[in-house]
Amino acid sequence: MDNSRHLYADLISSDRPAFALSDEEREEIIEEKGHYENPRAASIEALKIVQHHRGWVPDGAIPAIAELLGIPGSDVEGVATFYSQIFRQPVGRHVIRLCDSMTCYINGYEAIRERLKSELGIVPGQTTTDERFTLIPVCCLGNCDKGPTMMVDDDTHSHLDAETLMSVLEAYK
Amino acid sequence: MATIHIDGKDYEVDGSDNLLQACLSLGLDVPYFCWHPALGSVGACRQCAVKQYRDKDDTRGMLVMSCMTGIKDDSYISIDDAEAVEFRESVIEWLMSNHPHDCPVCEEGGHCHLQDMTVMTGHDRRRYRFTKRTHENQYLGPFIAHEMNRCISCYRCVRFYKDYAGGTDLGVFGAHDNVYFGRTTDGVLESEFSGNLTEVCPTGVFTDQTHSDHYTRKWDLQFAPSICHGCSSGCNISPGERYGEVRRIENRYNGAVNHYFLCDRGRFGYGYVNNADRPRLALLRDADAEDVDITLSVDAALDRAAERLKRARRVIGIGSPRASLESNYALRELVGVDNFSTGIEAGELERLALMQRILREGALPIPSLRDIESHDAVVVLGEDLTQTAARVALSVRQAAQGGALSLAAEQRIPEWHVNAVNTLAQGRKNPVYLATVAETKLDDIARETFHGTPDEIARFGFALAHALDDSAPMVGDLDDATLGLVGEIASTLKSAKRPLIIAGESLRSIAVLRAAANLARAFNQAGLQGSLSLISAEANSTGLAMLGGESLDWALKTLTRQDADAVIVLENDLYRRLPAKRVDEALDACETLLVIDHQPTPTCRRADIVLPAATFAEGDGTLVSSEGRAQRFFQVYDPAYYRPDDQTHEAWRWLHALHTTIESRPIDWTQLDEVTRACAESVPVLAGITDAAPSASFRIKGQKIARSPHRSSGRTAMRANISVVEPRQPQDIDSALAFSMEGYSGTAVARQQVPFAWAPGWNSPQAWNKFQDEVGGSLRAGDPGVRLIDQPGTRGEGRPLAYFSEVPSAFQLYHDRWQVVPLYHLFGSEETSAKAKPVQERMPEPYLALGITDAEALGLNPDAKVRVNIGKHELLLPLKISSRLRRGTVGIPRGLPDMPVEIFGEWARLEQEVRA
Repeated sequence: MDNSRHLYADLISSDRPAFALSDEEREEIIEEKGHYENPRAASIEALKIVQHHRGWVPDGAIPAIAELLGIPGSDVEGVATFYSQIFRQPVGRHVIRLCDSMTCYINGYEAIRERLKSELGIVPGQTTTDERFTLIPVCCLGNCDKGPTMMVDDDTHSHLDAETLMSVLEAYK
Repeated sequence: MATIHIDGKDYEVDGSDNLLQACLSLGLDVPYFCWHPALGSVGACRQCAVKQYRDKDDTRGMLVMSCMTGIKDDSYISIDDAEAVEFRESVIEWLMSNHPHDCPVCEEGGHCHLQDMTVMTGHDRRRYRFTKRTHENQYLGPFIAHEMNRCISCYRCVRFYKDYAGGTDLGVFGAHDNVYFGRTTDGVLESEFSGNLTEVCPTGVFTDQTHSDHYTRKWDLQFAPSICHGCSSGCNISPGERYGEVRRIENRYNGAVNHYFLCDRGRFGYGYVNNADRPRLALLRDADAEDVDITLSVDAALDRAAERLKRARRVIGIGSPRASLESNYALRELVGVDNFSTGIEAGELERLALMQRILREGALPIPSLRDIESHDAVVVLGEDLTQTAARVALSVRQAAQGGALSLAAEQRIPEWHVNAVNTLAQGRKNPVYLATVAETKLDDIARETFHGTPDEIARFGFALAHALDDSAPMVGDLDDATLGLVGEIASTLKSAKRPLIIAGESLRSIAVLRAAANLARAFNQAGLQGSLSLISAEANSTGLAMLGGESLDWALKTLTRQDADAVIVLENDLYRRLPAKRVDEALDACETLLVIDHQPTPTCRRADIVLPAATFAEGDGTLVSSEGRAQRFFQVYDPAYYRPDDQTHEAWRWLHALHTTIESRPIDWTQLDEVTRACAESVPVLAGITDAAPSASFRIKGQKIARSPHRSSGRTAMRANISVVEPRQPQDIDSALAFSMEGYSGTAVARQQVPFAWAPGWNSPQAWNKFQDEVGGSLRAGDPGVRLIDQPGTRGEGRPLAYFSEVPSAFQLYHDRWQVVPLYHLFGSEETSAKAKPVQERMPEPYLALGITDAEALGLNPDAKVRVNIGKHELLLPLKISSRLRRGTVGIPRGLPDMPVEIFGEWARLEQEVRA
């Protein structure tokens, strides 16, 4: 926050969760900030940096990023809640993004989803109890000619087959 | 101008408008949500669709969003086209699919833009049968209640709060059908303008929490055209009353002053009107039995008071800048011109006189509040506007944003196309330069800030004047940084088309005012067409300066020397103005202290006789704002209707009755107009005040103006707890308004005095459209009030005030003492609003602000309490670190209850730190 405010601002109490960015996160965000004329433009990258390090973006990161970029926390929160790929709750060690768009749907998305649900014991939006996987739907991975398709972390898997699905997941411990 | 054809009729419209503005200005009803006259168009809600045709022969046409469509000359439009009608109805059906059906328990009901638009589009059957999305609500502080389920995602709240008012803590979160407007966490909304959300929101997401605590529907409230008494800006308000209590304050549109917006002090600071501790009966204090008050009948009070005043050798009167001109004038008539004090401390009175001189004889005209927005450079000398005249700060913010508009004009982007304008501007703003003692909440729009003592701020102003015009007095020994800054600012100002200077009373520095006058003259000499705005301290300070009178110091001295033995104090707490010791000495010395007030002030508590005065809610009167605009406020309700024993009357009525009782003659003044006229006739500079509002005999179609909406209910039962017999409604002999729903409340006849905005089909504040010459413009009957200073004859051309040459000397830094500078708080620094409970929740405790360098040098930790010695006062204050306060100065909030008044400008010694 702009510290020129605090003569008035500290009259107003607000509960801030205890949180501190790591030195590494700070450095990366500051570097990213330097790439733009307007620090606001770095807010998506800043959120991605925190998510990269922690797997998700805790509430406390919002005011911390805002302070570092010198923009209001409400702006950062607006960006952080707009994008579905910025996670605001803890996720498992591996995130499965299963495409549920039209082409994948025609090519057998439902069978894949049902297999994942029964094998992992979770529905889309949930995390397995061992925190190994989080399953989330996405609306397109740009891989329509090879559907059904999903991503696990940064890897794209094409032509999924319900039978061989679990062997794909075996690679992610 | 352009001609457009709407549904077969031809209309002349302003070609720079969009189609929605044009239709509304013509009085045609087109429903809308996301558009707002002050916020422009974003085309988000799709509600204002109309049919546009290629030419006369096109029969199919296409749907366009009228708010996003510029006017084309000779274009063909249909509002009534069946497809457009159906489209608009389906849009509202979608919006309503998630909107709860909670109108009966929603506080917006009855003045809800969404209700109005739903009825207007004809959507009256719910087809959606599924679950509605729900949200959690937030605690947003004592002013604003939050109910997000009602949201229709029009974005007007954030566009006002962030884009217009510069707030940072209200945002929009989420995406698609799950959008949330609120703070990142629960907490008090920080903006000083948060109350406007209640009117900007088209539905009941943001409602007035203070109203909620004693809720009444708009149609059951009794309103009056009134003027805010919270500062000297003169904002127009509509207080609403029920059962003898003010229950809310709404904005009242005045196109030249506040237009759509108020500050939170003005909107939420009304609680003092309803406080139970107000004197409501005449009291006689028995000298033999301390603390025993004897209540008197009105006649007995007048007789007792008259008797004591007749017995006195000499009676003096102390007026007040928070009382009306009429009341002050009545006091002056009673005691005589030679015995009348304005109730203003000598230094401030001298500065007010200088302000008058600068405004009348100086080089630049005074802008209205609205006009401030159209300046392209602003220099503020000394004022922390957000805290001292908040509505002015909001106007200055618009002046800064005006930078975007001029860039847009170059690219031929219309002003109303706000997203395009903002994208183009990328935050570029018109220059605003702030010279203040500490950080302010306008710093975010300032191109440069300068921080110093009041004298240094004056030196900065003098130096800037010299940089613009060589013949202006020079400032010796300025440091290089300041010189550089001054040079840079001067060169920017030279290229401004219309620069504005703002200075005022808050730093209590005559040097700052002189610097402002020099700067005005330098602008003039440099050929700049600028303006000058001088902010006085209280609602009627400017009026009192025009009325004239002695200082409060004179009055106290007269009493202390026993040159007078009786004093009448009008609506004034002397302890807020001069040291308690001096006030005590004066009051101890006098035989009779008569106080007429509506608050139990420390002065009032010492009175021998107390007469209960009306607040703005129970009486009428005239105030003069900083702009020199005389405006009338009108009585909202008659307290005696609900409380038959209540003796509250306008102070002028008490004073005149007392005057005639003393002289054993009949009463001359039976109504306000007579007092106003007598005042106007006896004080030439106030001659214009009779024109500030229509007289009591004004009628529309033979009718008075109704104070209540025509659906007002429950009148026959309203006082059934007192008596089942319904008395006649109170009769208002003082104004052209009726205490009733009977009377004129329409829009067909143009009028200035509008108690509440309502038009058929328009219950929300957007009904102001129907009263304006064009939407967002002026009222069709002209904006209320009369400017007293630029009337013909009072403002001569070609007599510019000469340059002032009294440049203060440079600040001397000491290692062991600090100069005390005043800091202001919107919530707390003003006397009456500080008695309102919701405002009290936002008031700071007294504190000591110290610059960060000084605090570090002294080794003070941020949680420290500091013992401060100023003259004879020793204060123990918690420390606050300021990042901008100059070395060698300490800031202490001014105007907070129970703080000594004589410490400002003095030197403080910081004795020791007491471990917290």
